[in-house]
Amino acid sequence: MAEIRLERLHKAFADFVAVDDVNLTVEAGQFFVLLGPSGCGKTTTLRMIAGLELPTSGTVRLDGQDVTSLRPAKRDIAFVFQLFALYPHMNVRRNIAYPLRSQGLPSAEIRRRVEETARILRIEHLLDQPIGRLAGGDRQRVALGRALVRHPKCFLMDEPLGTLDTAFRELMCEELRDLHDRLGATTVYVTHDQIEAIAMADRIAVMHKGVVLQVDPPAEIYHRPRSLFVAQFIGSPAMNFLDCEGRLGRGADQVRVAGTTAQVPALHEDAPQDRLVFGVRPEHVRLDDGAGLRGRVYGVEYMGSRQILTVDTEGGRLRVRAANTARAEIGDQVGLAFDPANVVLFDPESEAALESTLIGGAAHG
Amino acid sequence: MSGTSDAHSIVEPGPTSRRVASVVVIVYALVSMVPLAWIVMTGFKSPDTAIAYPPEVVFEPTLEGYVNLFTDRTRQTPEYMADLPPPETWYDELVRSRNMVITGPSRFFGRYKNSLIIGFGSTFLAVFLGTLAAYAFSRFRVPLKDDLLFFILSTRMFPPIAVAVPIYLMYRALGLSDSHFGMIILYTAVNLSLSVWLLKGFVDEIPREYEEAAMIDGYTRLQAFWKVVLPQMSAGIAATAIFCLIFAWNEYAFALLLTSGNAQTAPPFIPIIIGEGGLDWPAVAAGTTLFMLPVVIFTVILRRHLLRGITFGAVRR
Repeated sequence: MAEIRLERLHKAFADFVAVDDVNLTVEAGQFFVLLGPSGCGKTTTLRMIAGLELPTSGTVRLDGQDVTSLRPAKRDIAFVFQLFALYPHMNVRRNIAYPLRSQGLPSAEIRRRVEETARILRIEHLLDQPIGRLAGGDRQRVALGRALVRHPKCFLMDEPLGTLDTAFRELMCEELRDLHDRLGATTVYVTHDQIEAIAMADRIAVMHKGVVLQVDPPAEIYHRPRSLFVAQFIGSPAMNFLDCEGRLGRGADQVRVAGTTAQVPALHEDAPQDRLVFGVRPEHVRLDDGAGLRGRVYGVEYMGSRQILTVDTEGGRLRVRAANTARAEIGDQVGLAFDPANVVLFDPESEAALESTLIGGAAHG
Repeated sequence: MSGTSDAHSIVEPGPTSRRVASVVVIVYALVSMVPLAWIVMTGFKSPDTAIAYPPEVVFEPTLEGYVNLFTDRTRQTPEYMADLPPPETWYDELVRSRNMVITGPSRFFGRYKNSLIIGFGSTFLAVFLGTLAAYAFSRFRVPLKDDLLFFILSTRMFPPIAVAVPIYLMYRALGLSDSHFGMIILYTAVNLSLSVWLLKGFVDEIPREYEEAAMIDGYTRLQAFWKVVLPQMSAGIAATAIFCLIFAWNEYAFALLLTSGNAQTAPPFIPIIIGEGGLDWPAVAAGTTLFMLPVVIFTVILRRHLLRGITFGAVRR
């Protein structure tokens, strides 16, 4: 178990900046997820923690010790690769034992540890199988086994569920989280899948274009996005954005949007300009025949437990999460109301969320 | 796959195409085999039957060609032959039936040994250096990488013999003429471009994650290379080794030019085996048969890898 601290970490490949001045602290025992679209620098960050990539500048600390230029082998970390990187010329047992062999442990001890690891992952029956004959999920478990067997200071995982099919991915999500709770080892997990991230993480860092935009627990990230990018990246279907106008000062709690007036959480700062972006999640829009905002139903997606309506309004197209019992058909005129407590206003220029009773003023990081 | 069903996928060849393809392949195989079979047969003929016209396909086999290949002989007068003690071995007897006696072993064995040393030595060196270079080109940020690779390839853009004269002069000045070492580094130099390019393709196919995993698991890069990358490359190394060996083994022009005694390989030696009244065809054919064996054996041993290797890793992963 170890604390990982990244200080002003910077990585450039020729003239492309992959990671830009990242400061992060992963507390000991935490399940920490680096989330972002492909090319956002999350994998590069992880590889710098592992020592597979040398930062252009900045420091990586494990338990306070500066390991920035230490070889990966000397860091006592384990890495699970997206494609597992199991050695195809060795069987399962030798794959799991491989990290222990480098430490020169006696073979009886290696055998004991490998079997203990296999028991934790429930793959004892596979130990003598060649890698080529394993199914995707079993390969995943073997890759985890190779990471676990060494009892490292922390686990680094690079989209380890990326190649699995959906059903299996959900199962592995649960298993990974369960494993983490039992071992309590610091884990840094990279993914572009927000559902995985929200399901497993203690804390999520959302990255975009090499920059960490927000570091918070999953619920915070979801309910209190601090920037336009985080708001639109997290949540499925995505948050609705409408243009709104008006000179808003500190304490204002109403805006003009789509031809009507909507209540918003009271602002804690003056809006920097008149044009703002009004953000509201589909589940915070409700069908209300008495509401001022009217629209025409454009599409209906029945999802079983709920349905997603797409409604064209004067201010633009909105997605509404409605109960599966709601009766709405394409072409219907409906009224829409927003949940005033869950509206976020953004400055379109800086893309930052305006501070309000919803979005707190405390600095993050 | 099933032999009973007529149904087949439209992208798979149908039964007629398959039959046609088999016939073509069989005919081609036979055409390629005829010269080889002829050489092997000629090795067991007597000098007269070897040059008989029309050619004799059915003949009484004799080991005369092989005996002549391995021995030097002189013709003697009938009186001298009559005075000799009875022949001690079957090959003495065979030679005496032609009114000759064996004066000693021929130089064939030494030439054959030279071929083995130079052929396998240069193959080993070309593959060894090629593997290291290919790994470096594939994994490291080498300055001017593309230019260097092109430069390496460009050494293949002219026939090696085009530089025969400068190499001849250089070798004479450096004292490398007619030495094993000289021939080994010459063949290595010629083969290295092929080996670097072929092997780089194979290393590129191996995901970096294997080494990275090993390096995180506590190994150095060299250990990771040795224990993880090299086993993955075995098919490529085998295929490359066969190509290098075939070149070095069969090379004739440089061997003729640069070697005469000490380091002469078999190719320039075999065609000049002189018998009575001209070339000793059975001995030449016997030498050629024996000369083909190492490459055949080497290829058969590595055949499993070769088939996989020649597809350039296209089907792996």
